Order: sequence, then C-alpha cells, then structure tokens
Amino acid sequence: MPMIEIHKISKWYGSFQALKECSTKVNKGEVVVVCGPSGSGKSTLIKTVNALEPIQQGEILVDGYSVHDSRTNLPKLRSRIGMVFQNFELFPHLSITRNLAIAQMKVLGRNKDEAVERGLKLLDRVGLSAHKDKYPGQLSGGQQQRVAIARALAMDPIAMLFDEPTSALDPEMINEVLDVMVELAQEGMTMMVVTHEMGFARRVADRVIFMDAGEIVEDDSKEQFFSQPKSERAREFLSKILLH
Amino acid sequence: MKYNWNWGIFWELSPDATGTYLATLFQGLRWTIATGLSAWLMALVLGSLIGTLRTVRNPTVVRLGDAYVELFRNMPILVQMFLWFFVVPELLPTGLGTWVKQLPNSSFWTAVFALGFFTSARVAEQVKAGIRAQPRGQTMAATALGMTTAQTYRHVLLPMAFRLILPPLTSEFMNVMKNSAVALTIGLMELTARARAMQEFSFQVFEAFTAATLLYLALNLAIVLFMRRLERFVAVPGFTAARDAVAAAH
Repeated sequence: MPMIEIHKISKWYGSFQALKECSTKVNKGEVVVVCGPSGSGKSTLIKTVNALEPIQQGEILVDGYSVHDSRTNLPKLRSRIGMVFQNFELFPHLSITRNLAIAQMKVLGRNKDEAVERGLKLLDRVGLSAHKDKYPGQLSGGQQQRVAIARALAMDPIAMLFDEPTSALDPEMINEVLDVMVELAQEGMTMMVVTHEMGFARRVADRVIFMDAGEIVEDDSKEQFFSQPKSERAREFLSKILLH
Repeated sequence: MKYNWNWGIFWELSPDATGTYLATLFQGLRWTIATGLSAWLMALVLGSLIGTLRTVRNPTVVRLGDAYVELFRNMPILVQMFLWFFVVPELLPTGLGTWVKQLPNSSFWTAVFALGFFTSARVAEQVKAGIRAQPRGQTMAATALGMTTAQTYRHVLLPMAFRLILPPLTSEFMNVMKNSAVALTIGLMELTARARAMQEFSFQVFEAFTAATLLYLALNLAIVLFMRRLERFVAVPGFTAARDAVAAAH
C-alpha cells in the first residue's frame, strides 16, 4: 500500500518550472533515495510531500489523505511525517530535552512528563543521553543532526523525509548520522531520502529516483539503477559521483 | 562670566511651596519614570505585535504594518505630541473631546500615548529584523513538526528574535526615557520641566541642570545595568552565530 503517492505534480517559481509532472510512490516500509545534480529539484520535490513547498498542479496523497485538499488538517498531517533538514534546524534557545519535547506537547498535546520521557528514550537511541541538558550550539553538527532525527521520531511519524541530511556535515561526522538512518531503514521505517551518499543508497535503498532539470528521469530498483541506468543523464551523473 | 554658585539652593523651598527644590526635581524624576515606563510598556506590546505582523505571508497585513511604522517613525516626536494634545481632542466628537481635555493628568496620558506610538514603530522595526534574522529553515522545521503559524512565532521565532534584538532594545528603552523630556511642551512637570522651573525661580541655571543631568544619567545607567543582567539571564549557551550576524547588520 503506498504511504506517499505523488501524482503528476508541477511547480513554478515565476516562469521557471522547478518540477515537471513528477510522479512516484513510496510504499509502506520502503526506502527511496532521491538523487540528482544540484538544482534538479530533488529538495523541492521532497518538501512538497508535507506541503512546505506549494505546488501548482497535481496531487500528493499521504496515507490516503490529499495534502492539498482544503479539508485536510495540514498541521496534523505534517506532524505525522518526520522531516530532517540539511542544517538540522534545532531550536537554538531550547535545551536538547525541550527541543525533543516541545512539538509533542504543543502539537500532539502530550503532557510534559510523557513528552520528555519519549524524547529521552529516542535521545538514548541516537546515543546522546549525556547531552540532554545542553543546547544545540554546544553540540557538533553530527550530534545536532542525530538530535534532529530523534526529535522527528518523537512524534511517532508514519514516514520520514530526509533533505540532504549529511550535506552540511564534516566528513568524519557523516557516518554517525548515516548509521542512525540505516538502523531506521532496517527497522522498516518508510523513508524518502535526498542524498548524495550512494553508499547509503546501495546499502538500504529499495528504489532510487534520479532527477534532472525538474523531472524524474529514472525511478528504478536499486540494482537496476546502479548496474544499468536507462538514461544517459543518469549514467553521466553516476560516473561523476562514483569516481571518488 | 559672573555667576553666583549656590549649591545650597537644593535645600531651599521652591516658591510653589511643594517642598525644597531638590524635592521638586525628584518629583519631576518620578513623572519622567512613570511616563517613560508606561510608554515603554505600550511600545513593547504594540511594537512586538506590529513587527510580527510585518513578517507574515499576507501582503495586505504587511503593508498595513509598514504604513503604521512609517507614519509614527517619520514624524518628529514633538509634532506627534502636539497632534495628540492639541489636534486629536478637537477631531473627536465634542463630548469625548471635552472628556479627554478634562482628564486628570491629561498631559501625562497624552505624553504616554505619543511616546508609546512613536517608540512602538521603532520597536516594530527591530522585532521584524529579529524575526527575519533567523534562517528560513527554523520556520520550516516548526511547520514540519506540525506547529501552526501562531505556535511557530510563539515557541520558535519570537523567543530567539527578542534575544537577538536586546542590545538595540536597550537603546530604545533609554531613548524613551530621554524623549519624555519633550512632554514639557504640553505641560507635563517631568524632570526637565522641573529643572527649568527651578532655574526660572532661582536663577541657578547651572545647579538645576547639573542635577537634572545627573539624574538622567543615573536613570539610564540603571536601565543599562538592568538590560545587561537580562541579556546574561536569557543568553543561550553555545549560541553565537545569529547574534553576530545581527550585530554586524547594525
């Protein structure tokens, strides 16, 4: 059963078309990696799933609910989709514990004890219990991103979106974040991941979507994508990033 | 210049028989503080509201906020004070106008309103800058977690915005105290008015204004110290980047 259904969506910034009739699906428990050259629209695509980016045409269904239907309770729907950003976006004025708890309390209506308990459990899971009373500015990038993942998981999401989660990290911190993501994938979390980490894609992706110039050029199984990509553009892209 | 210094003048009775000259100066100081603090509270509330509205998505709301700021920021405070005191009561329906004019301490209330609106426009400008200084990703993260626009402002954007703009807000707090001196033109017997009265009655101009200067100095020093403590109290551990960005912009 598809958890995320993207049906022929198009988006324009003024006269520039950022997305061109993109369609794809992410099934429950599936891990889909979205890659492509910069400016290809992959970040825009993933942000349309929880309507952080509006679209002008097409439709997106999450768990059967239309994202763009005016009857849909959008904040509620968003709260069920976890999202992790390139620049972590922890709230700098809140302690790690408060960062983990605030949306649970304000959005899900959990009481403080419950929210803190859930948050700390997930903090433990990403291996950062010792830092619960610190503030985001006191953590490294990799640690902040792990907290950001825990914060998203604390909302008990039905799917997770990752928008280049390791692009802003120093090389030595990339793996600590990828490890958490691999574990999540292996536990059966539905994930849509924009990343250049092809190693991650090879390890856990079920499918790979390749985008270029606002279009979904390839939407293949991982095996097919890495061994025999159909399009010239994907071959070119792969040859460039796999050189190193 | 021949001038008869007389520092003992402060302990002489002022001719309006309300006490010594020193007592009248302190009375003035109390009005200055009452006016400044009331206007500051009004400016903080209104300014935060208008500043926030100027960052929302609705272009009509933003334009209205911009118009508010330009209106109150572009007119000299003296003109605004006169408008509120002399012109506005005449524009009101007769009954209401008369009521306003006969209000006890009407020059105090007028001064508070005039200073409050004037300063709120400046606070609004800073609140807007404080909100804008934060990366767009903060709003996205809050939105993605399911927060509504109001929750995003309340729990994410505003707490950081106020921390970022504390230094310029300190200046505004001091400005509102100093600007309250303009209220002497509409008859409020605040500190500057009291110093002038003392000079007119006693001819000891240097003593009168030395005392006023020292009192203003002490008042604003107290504000600076209070705001510094506040800054330390709300400082976010490990957070420097955005603060530096705002400091650089000023």
